[in-house]
Amino acid sequence: MEVGNILASIEMMPILISFIKIVLVIFAVILPMVAYSVWAERRVSAIIQERVGPNRVGIPFTKIGLSGLGQPIADGIKFLLKEDFTPGHVNKFYYWLAPALTMVPALMTCAVLPFGSELFGEKMVIADLNVGPLFIFAIASLSVYGIVLAGWASNSKYSFLGGVRSSSQMISYEISLGLSLVPVLLIFGELNLNEIVWEQSKNGWLLLPFWGEGAIWNGGTDRFFLLFPAFIAFIVFTTSIFAETNRLPFDLPECETELVAGYHTEYSSMKFALFFLGEYAAMIIGSGLIVTLFLGGWSLPFGLDAYLMNVAGGSEQIPWWLGLIHIGTFLAKVIAFILFFIWVRWTLPRFRYDQLMRLGWIIFFELALVNIFITAGILILTRGSAS
Amino acid sequence: MAITVERPKLKIHEKLYFPAILKGLRITIGHAIRILMRKKKVTMQYPEEKWDDNLPEHYRGAPALVTDEHGRERCVSCQLCEFICPPRAITIIPEEIPPEDQWSKVEKRPKEFEIDMIRCIYCGMCEEVCPEQAIFLRKDYAISGYSRDEMVHDKQKLYEIGGIREGLVNKWNKLK
Repeated sequence: MEVGNILASIEMMPILISFIKIVLVIFAVILPMVAYSVWAERRVSAIIQERVGPNRVGIPFTKIGLSGLGQPIADGIKFLLKEDFTPGHVNKFYYWLAPALTMVPALMTCAVLPFGSELFGEKMVIADLNVGPLFIFAIASLSVYGIVLAGWASNSKYSFLGGVRSSSQMISYEISLGLSLVPVLLIFGELNLNEIVWEQSKNGWLLLPFWGEGAIWNGGTDRFFLLFPAFIAFIVFTTSIFAETNRLPFDLPECETELVAGYHTEYSSMKFALFFLGEYAAMIIGSGLIVTLFLGGWSLPFGLDAYLMNVAGGSEQIPWWLGLIHIGTFLAKVIAFILFFIWVRWTLPRFRYDQLMRLGWIIFFELALVNIFITAGILILTRGSAS
Repeated sequence: MAITVERPKLKIHEKLYFPAILKGLRITIGHAIRILMRKKKVTMQYPEEKWDDNLPEHYRGAPALVTDEHGRERCVSCQLCEFICPPRAITIIPEEIPPEDQWSKVEKRPKEFEIDMIRCIYCGMCEEVCPEQAIFLRKDYAISGYSRDEMVHDKQKLYEIGGIREGLVNKWNKLK
């Protein structure tokens, strides 16, 4: 009877809405974005290297090319139809577990990312947690297990080296990743990502505080002086995200020229695709996190949000069209950041392993640590000790 | 003698990486913009665009047999090309030209003339060695087929590719 009472007391509506949001975000936004960021990667790399890139696959059985937009779908079908080969020398259980362990955390982290303000009074975030960034770090660092397990279970020297490199790299960058975020949290005094974005919408983005109370002519001297530590935090955080997602210039776990393909050397078919998807999903979530924390998330710049709210009648409820604009803004920013990721990938060569370790442990770790004190000092000087 | 190469002393802005990274980013975006503004064209969209019009005179494509301006097969079945062909792609079965034929003075002609295009290496030796200037390398290059048999060009196919070639050898011309 107890159980029945509990079940009856649970309201179905929020669960249903969450479910709809999860399905929409994962299957209508993240996964297509993953597929198309692979396409974008190939096209942009081709453009940077003055080639053409995949531009033929369009609508099947017609001559319509759509500049290669059908390519991801063809790739997906290819991955599904390929032979799923399990080598004889692997540890089967962990070999099968590893791809899922890379993919799932990457997708799970998007639960706390606010991808829009409100739509029909519903917050555009799957889980409105009060510990957003912490949740993301906790889950995202799980994905290293997938890579290490893949390297270990594959029972091949290339995979093993890739897995070992990945674990050491992730450990050295996770520290600066976490520490570089502390100044940001100090500035906002808030761990809820949605609230952080609201704050930025009203008083200026962290890296662009030029409207609302954040503007220097409106008394936001603290935000102006905090630009410097915010910028350092941005650099350290972005670089660490690059390392965290195994992107060039920190792609030592994969590193085709030395390790064949690193930890996924022995994988084929959809299991390989899961690693691929996980990597790109991590890249998208990482860009989303950077955009949310430093570049105002879904908010429009220069107080346009407040202006549009006034146009809509000045009520608390955000009209549906503004909600859609916010979602579009967030996606546009994330896409711009993904393009930046790709741009960097085809610009910088791979770091040597000792350089990577040096950068992580000797430079970024200290820089992030000092940055916390700088931020705290500025905060004390400008806001006083009361806060 | 060992030479010690001095490591360059890096200045502070060089040690910071950032100016170099920005410079690199500028270079790559420069390339991207150049290709996006269509200031530079690099890749040919192969099946739609081809080199065909721009192939050089000396291009060595598929070998083919030619007839002269009177419709006579130039090949006299001397088999020099068959013997010189490095991959042995050419097979000739000679035959005597019957006395009632207009060109009986020539005496020999190929009954069968086969070039295995899977074997052919487009070296042009056959063209070089031919005393009658009967075999030429044409500009056809995309030779394809569904089976090995299809890839063997027989006499009819070779004349089809080759067509008529006028001038050059006149010694079998009755009028001269």
